[in-house]
Amino acid sequence: MESRKISQIGVLAALAMVLSYVESLFPAFIAVPGIKIGLANIAVIFALYRLGFKEALGISLVRVVLSSLLFGSVLSMAYSIAGALISLVVMYLLKRSRLFGTVAVSVAGGVSHNLGQIGVACLILQTGALSYYVPVLILSGVASGVVIGIVSSTVLKRLEEEDVE
Amino acid sequence: MASDKKTRIRDIILIASLTIIGLVLLLFVNTKAERGSFAVVQVDGVTVARYALSEDGVFVLNGGSNTIEIKDGKIRMLEAQCPNLQCVHQGWISKSYQSIVCLPNKMIVTIEGDDKVVDFTL
Repeated sequence: MESRKISQIGVLAALAMVLSYVESLFPAFIAVPGIKIGLANIAVIFALYRLGFKEALGISLVRVVLSSLLFGSVLSMAYSIAGALISLVVMYLLKRSRLFGTVAVSVAGGVSHNLGQIGVACLILQTGALSYYVPVLILSGVASGVVIGIVSSTVLKRLEEEDVE
Repeated sequence: MASDKKTRIRDIILIASLTIIGLVLLLFVNTKAERGSFAVVQVDGVTVARYALSEDGVFVLNGGSNTIEIKDGKIRMLEAQCPNLQCVHQGWISKSYQSIVCLPNKMIVTIEGDDKVVDFTL
């Protein structure tokens, strides 16, 4: 059981890395700062629902650190980690409340991810001027959250518990 | 499951309210924004330069790592030495409260209006 879980975490972390890489190939998504579809979040949401909070946290952190080193910069790591942590905590709390479905959890994760990132960017740059982007980031978070949520819930339905275990 | 329908309704309410908040804020920012007349350049939170948007020109800044261009009352990042070039891709800005950010070089260009000098460094 234990080794099964470890290998699942490994596979999902690798999958999240691949999805990050695939996303970095599309310059259209990074043309506007902060607007990303967040494909890697599919793996994180899957882990959150199937494995648990700690496992999803580990996968998310490994993904952010490695993909920042490979495709980004050390500075981008700072605000990626902030976004990833905040979105994971928000998604975990909403999931635990049992009030919302996967799509809403994913949307809340997307919005809080974007707001967390811009918050850290404001702190790093010592400025409030970035608040201009907040509305755009909320809307883009909703849009990408809906897409990722629909994909994640489909994946969760298709891969029943016994297939993964 | 009986709670499926309720869950779906709550999902829609959450998504709709976030969308509405986003749209209202967008409207608010856009009506508040006016055409600015000055561009202020800050590096690491310190104001290093201030340009009138009425005068066209190309300026090399930040020890050569960033180049800005002012034309027709708008400003853009022409060149930058950073890995992702997001600041260059962002294009022209001209309204107050807009900004261009080059996070790797810790540089930020903001627009100021005529009458008010907004202190962004809270």
